[in-house]
Amino acid sequence: MASDTGLRVPAFTLAPAVLGVALLILPLLALLGRASWSTLWADATSEQALAALWLSLRTGVAATALCVVLGVPLALVIARSGPKIAQLLRALIAVPLVLPPMVGGVALLFLFGRTSPIGQLIDELWGITLPFSTAAVVIAQSFVALPFLVLSVEGSLRAAGTGYEQAAATLGAGRWMVLSRITLPLAAPGLVAGVILCFARAIGEFGATALFAGNAPGVTQTMPLAIYTAFNGAGAGRDTAVALSLLLLGTAVLVLLCVRAWRPGAIK
Amino acid sequence: MRLLANLQVQRTGFEVTAEFEVRSGSTLAIMGPSGAGKSTIVNAIAGTQKIAGGRIELDGTILADSQRHLAPHLRGVGLLGQEPHLFPHLDAARNIAFGAHASGLAKAQALATAHEWLARLGLEELAAQRPAALSGGQRQRIALARALAARPKLLLIDEPFASLDVEAAMDMRALVREELTRTSTSAIVISHSAADTLALADQLLVLERGKIVDSGSVHEVFATPVNRFMRAVVATLPANPPGEQP
Repeated sequence: MASDTGLRVPAFTLAPAVLGVALLILPLLALLGRASWSTLWADATSEQALAALWLSLRTGVAATALCVVLGVPLALVIARSGPKIAQLLRALIAVPLVLPPMVGGVALLFLFGRTSPIGQLIDELWGITLPFSTAAVVIAQSFVALPFLVLSVEGSLRAAGTGYEQAAATLGAGRWMVLSRITLPLAAPGLVAGVILCFARAIGEFGATALFAGNAPGVTQTMPLAIYTAFNGAGAGRDTAVALSLLLLGTAVLVLLCVRAWRPGAIK
Repeated sequence: MRLLANLQVQRTGFEVTAEFEVRSGSTLAIMGPSGAGKSTIVNAIAGTQKIAGGRIELDGTILADSQRHLAPHLRGVGLLGQEPHLFPHLDAARNIAFGAHASGLAKAQALATAHEWLARLGLEELAAQRPAALSGGQRQRIALARALAARPKLLLIDEPFASLDVEAAMDMRALVREELTRTSTSAIVISHSAADTLALADQLLVLERGKIVDSGSVHEVFATPVNRFMRAVVATLPANPPGEQP
């Protein structure tokens, strides 16, 4: 498109740009090159791999649902707050994005651990210990994925502005009707993109899950943990790690294609 | 319908204070230079702006005073603004039906009303079109139909012709006048244009830095322009305006 608009970038930017692409693509090609194609299917469909995949999908969907339930109202509050409060909330929400996930895992462990006040309360009320359970996986995934959903939905809401909502109110629509018939449909492109990004981040989560939920096969061992375990040679070989990695890579590419397919269909 | 307004609204740098009345079936125009506080008054009546003091009363119901602020959707006051704000995810028919449904009609009945409006405006073929596919003039017509389909007691019209080309603005002005008369809807019109005011209003307020500096029938106010702004407005009128004299 550069030649169409008459804008050309200086030639010396081409070399770093090509290197940048190489940095992103070559490792993935190396992964493909290392794959043992004859045993790939068997590795990817081994009992442990399927258990990890099934757990990842279940917890990923649960975390995404939790993020939608908490994140959409949060995005609404930010989008309709004054600039100072909105800026503060946005900064708070961005913390998990810049925080190393391991730190998030430690923090969650301190908050919900058996010796913490909240952990004790949960234990007393429901007899549940959160850490090292499947629920802990969902919480860890939600912790790292929520910002993606909130920021995406909030951007969409802010772009739509309040003009349509005010127009609906002056037509006699109450708050619920405005929210369900105007606000949420207008935020739909951001919501769909946010859900896809949120799910992708959730199923790729490793650090917080490892520390807060552990690595128990069938209970807390999601795909990334299974890859790590297989790579370290515990119970499976590197071929399995490669096969699992390709499975996760395939899922990520599928998610990206979904995002691309959605964008052009955004509300016209 | 009777609107009694005696309001104070705080703006940065000055206060808007105005006292006026709109009687059943009449249209009041508010004119004044940019930043005089015209839209502030309209927003205070619509309920999208709180008032600092005074009282706005419509048919005996207090819409706002220094303590109370009735939500916009409970006021029975419609708004047709410079931006039509047609809902981008709904087609033309459903945009109009939204207004009818929000004001209490069942969904099917609201959609039937929307199609009646489209037929009357000669826009039936656009029923299934989304706003992005419509011209500026068509959007404003749909927005007018949507506002009136909600059967407001009072319609606030805030420069809806400003973004239209000359021809589309003229057609839209004639349509607004026709529909206000047909539906016996009272209105407040904000405009910079003498043509809009002459075509639509019978009473006129002139606002300057938040204060009313002149008021009366449109012809009285135009006959003795009170300030530089009004002299400029009157100067735009042709000696014998073709088809614009009410």
